[in-house]
Amino acid sequence: MSYQYTAGVHTYQFADLKCVLAKATPARSGDYLAGVAAETYAERMAARMCLAAIPLKRFLEELIIPYETDEVTRLIVDTHDKQAFAEISHLTVGDFRDWLLSDIADSATLKRVAPGITPEMAAAVSKLMRNQDLILVAKKCHVITAFRNTIGLPGHISVRLQPNHPTDDPRGIAASLLDGLLYGSGDAVIGINPATDSLPALMNLYYLVDEVINQYNIPTQSCILTHVTNQIQLIEKGAPLDLVFQSIAGTEKANKSFGIDIALLKEAQSAALSLNRGTVGNNVMYFETGQGSVLSANANFGVDQQTCEARAYAIARHLSPLLTNTVVGFIGPEYLYDGKQIIRAGLEDHFCGKLLGVPLGCDVCYTNHAEADQDDMDTLMTLLATAGLTFIMGIPGSDDIMLNYQTTSFHDALYLRKVLGLKAAPEFELWLKKMNIMDAQGQMQAVKSGHSMLQNMPKNLLSAA
Amino acid sequence: MAESMTKKPDSVLPETPEVSDSLTADAFSIDPWIQLKKFTQARIALGRVGSSLPTKEVLDFGLAHAMARDAVHLALDVDVLEAGIQSQGFNTLRVHSRAPDRASYLLRPDWGRSLNQDSLNVLEDYKKQKVDIAEPIDFLIVVGDGLSSLAVSRHVQPMLEALRNVLPVEWKLGPVVIASQARVAISDEIGQALGARMVAMLIGERPGLSSPDSLGVYLTYSPKRGGSDADRNCISNVRPEGLHYAAAAKKLVWLAKEASRLKLSGVALKDESDMQEISQQTSLE
Repeated sequence: MSYQYTAGVHTYQFADLKCVLAKATPARSGDYLAGVAAETYAERMAARMCLAAIPLKRFLEELIIPYETDEVTRLIVDTHDKQAFAEISHLTVGDFRDWLLSDIADSATLKRVAPGITPEMAAAVSKLMRNQDLILVAKKCHVITAFRNTIGLPGHISVRLQPNHPTDDPRGIAASLLDGLLYGSGDAVIGINPATDSLPALMNLYYLVDEVINQYNIPTQSCILTHVTNQIQLIEKGAPLDLVFQSIAGTEKANKSFGIDIALLKEAQSAALSLNRGTVGNNVMYFETGQGSVLSANANFGVDQQTCEARAYAIARHLSPLLTNTVVGFIGPEYLYDGKQIIRAGLEDHFCGKLLGVPLGCDVCYTNHAEADQDDMDTLMTLLATAGLTFIMGIPGSDDIMLNYQTTSFHDALYLRKVLGLKAAPEFELWLKKMNIMDAQGQMQAVKSGHSMLQNMPKNLLSAA
Repeated sequence: MAESMTKKPDSVLPETPEVSDSLTADAFSIDPWIQLKKFTQARIALGRVGSSLPTKEVLDFGLAHAMARDAVHLALDVDVLEAGIQSQGFNTLRVHSRAPDRASYLLRPDWGRSLNQDSLNVLEDYKKQKVDIAEPIDFLIVVGDGLSSLAVSRHVQPMLEALRNVLPVEWKLGPVVIASQARVAISDEIGQALGARMVAMLIGERPGLSSPDSLGVYLTYSPKRGGSDADRNCISNVRPEGLHYAAAAKKLVWLAKEASRLKLSGVALKDESDMQEISQQTSLE
């Protein structure tokens, strides 16, 4: 199949499908860095015109990364549900956009068709969609998961409480953890990015969070974001592990650079399932992703960074995670230069994830060398929450003192819940009311010094009281 | 917000909350766990107005972000730095990466990792005229602006002073090479051009909100163009509020001696000085 489009007197030629995808992508620094971006505005639009006319079926015939050399491609092809695809198999990419926006594509239909949609199809159609399209369709996709509470119900948004500390000081972590709980955060997961790689030190972190969850009887789950091989070892040593974390990317080579493959993730999933620690569900995985990670591992094979990102969701989907987090602005300006690029990428990732059936949350964030600030984060979090985002991060005052970047805060979560009328996970909300953090009407209460959680602090903070 | 502004609270006592919204009783809600701030630099117990950040916290955050932004974008004053380093008794050379300015530096990490042609010529001339092939440079110091000019202008000179106190006297030092619009890996190219046995790169790290001026130190044995992170040892967060100059210098020289002995650096060179220090710190607590 030849790919071309004639605009006026100029005919634009595209070498192959991945070239059409890359050149049709909204401008971003990472695709320029990779040398795959459109060179002119007109070429970008010509690529979109060309893309709109490509049948969805073509994506099953022309694989953008070879089946023989990439296990992510093999997973995508081997698990493709032809029956689910039948409903949309006659459409072109352009028709697919229209179909998704139409009222025919209601929540039940989208859920039914999801196993027939490949990441490349999702990425392709997103390139023809405006931000409002990405929001509207994502909002129709309901992805509901459960472990000790229920995540992703329409009208809800959850928060990952991220109580990081640069030296993993247990008192520092416990202080941020208590701060977040008293602000009503922590229903998605209490997840720590540890500074250490040492297994005994990691074991202590598991016990620290588990004790707090038990002490206050919180319907939530914990996670320590260390390498998956560490987590498997710690499960064997008896760690009270709720969720297995791992960063994943959209090509086998990129995952290899992370020291993982799909088999290893499955092994970790089985290990976590064997602990049987969930109470209302068994989704035991927590993944993180982000546009640019594949190029950063020099493993993009001429594919644009947004399409690579969507391919990572194929792995996530396969392992039924409780949560998947696109860490959108962390990677730096050479991949997403400014607020505009970060906002667009966040909306694309959320749309693609939800369309494929993945419980997507977003680390709405930026680094200090990106052209972005709090106003951009306010815009993105508001748009994503409008689109039905599964969860955001909650960090004291938006300032992660361990990872040195800015993300969303406990205050931000309260803002979103207030402005958009969103609720915490139902089991967690009941707990907030029981603990007098939230009143019967769902309003946050002022916490007094006599509050039971301050009178009965986590073990690590008792010396401070 | 409008409600709290129009309604005059008849009592500010927090013990008598209103049923509909306890916060309207008082515009500002203090978090009574402020004492926990002593355990972490994290922005905890900020209080809230309604559910939002108080003005003071928004402004404090804005100032911290402004300092971090300036650290990235204010150009390093190379004239002042060079004069300062020379006044410490070091010779200096100035080079520039292939990134002509900050905007292209941020977009093209690959340009920041390699030297422009003029700089390659400068180093080649220097090597021809000043470096004895029989007695190569043992320990070359490179200074790069990186992502924080603030870190470099504040901490490089004290760090050089601390290094001078602990470097083995028999080691031949080259000139201190000051590299502009530089990323870590440019030190490989500089070290190779001068034929140095080892190179130590002092470079401004990506600034955090609470640490706009962290200096990073990277050591490479037998530097060659195309080396990777796995070939380097890193000492991070050098500044008075983090790792002190003397401790950083001691650690760097420990690593350099080990690198010399093992004839390698990077992942295969385990920083055991660090392990000793960590265990000491832990036992002190």
